Amino acid sequence: MDAILLQILNGLDKGSAYALIALGLTLIFGTLGVVNFAHGALFMIGAFCAVTVQRILNLSYEVVDETQKDFLGNPLKVKATYVESWFGPEMGGAIIDWAVPIAIIFAIPIMILIGFVMERGLIKHFYKREHADQILVTFGLAIVLQEVIKYFYGANPIQTASPEALSGVANVGALFGTEIFYPVWRIVYFFFSVVIIGGIFSFLQFTTFGMVVRAGMADRETVGLLGINIDRRFTIMFGIAAAVAGLAGVMYTPINSPNYHMGMDFLVLSFVVVVVGGMGSLPGAVLAGFMLGILEAFASMNEIKSFLPGIDQIIIYVVAIIILLTRPRGLMGRKGVMEE
Amino acid sequence: MFGLDKKDTRMLLVVAILTLCAPFILNPFPTDSAMAQFNAGYPDLMQRFVIFGIFAIGFNILFGLTGYLSFGHAAFLGVGSYSAVWMFKLLSMNVVPAILLAVVISGLFALLIGFVSLRRSGIYFSILTLAFAQMSFNLAYSVLTPITNGETGLQLTLDDPRVLGVSATADGSIPVTSLFGLEMRSTFEMVVGPWAFQFNAGYYLCALVLLAAFYLSIRIFRSPFGMMLRAVKSNQQRMNYTGLNTKPYTLAAFVISGMYAGLAGGLMASMDPLAGAERMQWTASGEVVLMTILGGAGTLIGPVLGAGFIKYFENIFSKINDTVLHNWFNFMPDGLEDFVVFIVHPFIGKGWHLTLGILFMLVVVFLPGGLVEGGQRIAKWVKGRKDKDGSSSATKTPAE
Repeated sequence: MDAILLQILNGLDKGSAYALIALGLTLIFGTLGVVNFAHGALFMIGAFCAVTVQRILNLSYEVVDETQKDFLGNPLKVKATYVESWFGPEMGGAIIDWAVPIAIIFAIPIMILIGFVMERGLIKHFYKREHADQILVTFGLAIVLQEVIKYFYGANPIQTASPEALSGVANVGALFGTEIFYPVWRIVYFFFSVVIIGGIFSFLQFTTFGMVVRAGMADRETVGLLGINIDRRFTIMFGIAAAVAGLAGVMYTPINSPNYHMGMDFLVLSFVVVVVGGMGSLPGAVLAGFMLGILEAFASMNEIKSFLPGIDQIIIYVVAIIILLTRPRGLMGRKGVMEE
Repeated sequence: MFGLDKKDTRMLLVVAILTLCAPFILNPFPTDSAMAQFNAGYPDLMQRFVIFGIFAIGFNILFGLTGYLSFGHAAFLGVGSYSAVWMFKLLSMNVVPAILLAVVISGLFALLIGFVSLRRSGIYFSILTLAFAQMSFNLAYSVLTPITNGETGLQLTLDDPRVLGVSATADGSIPVTSLFGLEMRSTFEMVVGPWAFQFNAGYYLCALVLLAAFYLSIRIFRSPFGMMLRAVKSNQQRMNYTGLNTKPYTLAAFVISGMYAGLAGGLMASMDPLAGAERMQWTASGEVVLMTILGGAGTLIGPVLGAGFIKYFENIFSKINDTVLHNWFNFMPDGLEDFVVFIVHPFIGKGWHLTLGILFMLVVVFLPGGLVEGGQRIAKWVKGRKDKDGSSSATKTPAE
C-alpha cells in the first residue's frame, strides 16, 4: 500500500511537468494550429530565468570586516550581497533564500514577451504552411535558443536550491494513517501545477476573453467575420502558453538542476503526451500528462521491472503507440481536429 | 548511359568526379601553409561526408518523394551499425557480409516499424517514428545491454570467435576490417610539391557505394514507382478515391530508405568497428532531416550537397578560434577588429550548432527548396540579366 502511494506521488510530480508543458503545446496547437517544437526550449528558458534571478540576488561586493582577521593578521574581506545590505541581513537573507519563487514574478512578463516576439516574428508566417514546415522551423528555433543559453550559461547543470523551509521531507502518509516521507518541494510543485492548470481552465471558461478564444478555436473564420480581432487574441494565448511552459521550468529547477538540453528531453515526451491526450484537447493533455507520469512511476517499481525488464524506459512510448493505433483521435481528441 | 537520360547522366558523372577526386578537391591548401587547417581531405572526414550522403539520400527517398517526415531514422543507422559489428565479431573482418547483414536487418526493422507507423500520416507519423526510435534508443541503453553493450558501446575484443577469420592477429592485436584482404585503413599518400594527398581504401569503398546508392535513387526517382510516391505526396486522398491502395508504395519507400540508413550504418561500422546507442538518439535523426532540407528535399543532388555542406562546415567552424579571426580581420583598425571578432565569436568553435540552427531556420523560411533552389535562383538571375543585356527576348508568361 505504501509503495503504491509512493509511486502515485512520484507519478503526480513527474506528471505535473508533463501536463504543464503539454497544456501549453495544446493551447498553441488548438488556437493557432501550429506544431511548436520549440516549446521545450521555452520550458528551459523558464528554468534559466530562475537561475538568473538567483544569480542577480547573489551579486555581492567586498567589505572589510574589522572584527575578523585573516591568517596574516590583516582585516578580513567579507563578501556581502547588495540585497542584504539594502534590506538588512534577515530580510535580505530570506529574499535570497526564496529566489526560485521570486523568479516566478520575473518569469511571467519575460516569458510572455518571448512568446509575443516568437509568434509575431516567426510563427505568424507559418500558419498557411504545412505542418512539416512548422515542425522544421520551430525545431531550428529550438536549436538556436538552446545554443544561446549554452553560450551564456555553459553546458553544465546549474544547481539551484529551493527555499530552506521547503527543502526537507514531509510525512505525507499521515493523511492515510501510514508513514511516507516525500520531498516537500515536489508536493509544492504538484499543487503549483494544479493551480496553474485550474487558472488556465477558469480563464478560458469564465472570462469573456476566454469565451472568444474558445469560439475562435472552434471556428476561427466566423469569429473573425463578427469583427473580432482573433489574431491578436491568439497571439496573447501564445504568450500565455509560453508563460505556462516557463513557470513549469522555473519551479522545476530545484527538482532537477537545469542544463541547456533539458527542454529537448522533455519535449519529446510532452509531444507524446499531447498526442495521447488528443491533439487540441486541453483536458486530454492534462489527463494524459498525469496518467503517463503515474504509469511511468509504476513501471519503474522493482516488482514490475523484475518480470518486464526495461519497461520503465519504454512504457510511455508503448502506450502512445497503442493509443495512436487504436484511438486515432487520442483519448479526448475533438472530432475534426487533425484527423487527416 | 545506364538507362538514364542525358541530364541525369551528367549529374551522375559530376557526382562521380566530385567523390572520386575528393582527396584533391578538399585539399586545396599546401600542408605547411596557415590555411592547411581548413583542408578537409583526410580519410576520416571524407568517409563521413559520403556515409552521411548515403544516409541523406535514403531519407530523401522517403521524405522528398512521399512527404512523410520521419523523426526516427537514426534508429535504422544504429541497427545497421550494431549488426555490422556483430558480423565482425562472429564471422570475419570482411566488410561485405557485415554490410549485407546491416542492410537486411535494418530493412526488416524498417518493415516492422513502417508497417505500424504508416497507418497514420502527418504529424502523427512523425511522432510514431520518434516514439519508436526513442524506444529503441532507451532499450539499447538498458535491457539490450547483452547485445548492444549499453553505454560503453559495442566493440571488438580479442576473444571474439570470428569463425572465418582469426580472433587475434599474430602479434596479438585485434584484426582490422578489410575487403577481401584490402585493409580499410590502408592509405596511400601522394606528395606533390607542398601538397600531400591521401587516398584511403575505406574512403573509396564508401565513395563507390555512394555512387551506386545515388544511381539507384535516380532510377527510383524516374521510375513509375517514384511517380506514384510523388502522387502520394501531392494528394493522397485522391489516390485513395481512385481505388488505389497507397500503403504498399509508402511502405516500400520506408523500407528502402531504412535500408539506405542501414547501409550507412554498416559502412560506418566498417570504417571504425564500434557502435554506440547515441547514434540512435533523436537528435541524430534530426541531423539527417537538417541535411536533407538544407540541401533541398525532393531533389536528387540536394541531400548529398546538404550532408557534405553540414559535415564540412561543422569541421571547419569548429577549428576557427579567436586567434584565427584576429588574423583575418587585422587589416581593420584595432577597435573595429576587436568588435568584429566579438560579434563573430559566438558563431564559431563550439558555437557551430548555433550557426547551423540559424542557417537552417533561414533556409526553411526563405528557401524551402534548400541549396538547390538557391542555386537555381542564382542561375535564373544570371541568365535573366544576360537576356536583358542581349536581345530583348520576350519573357514568355505561361497562360494560367
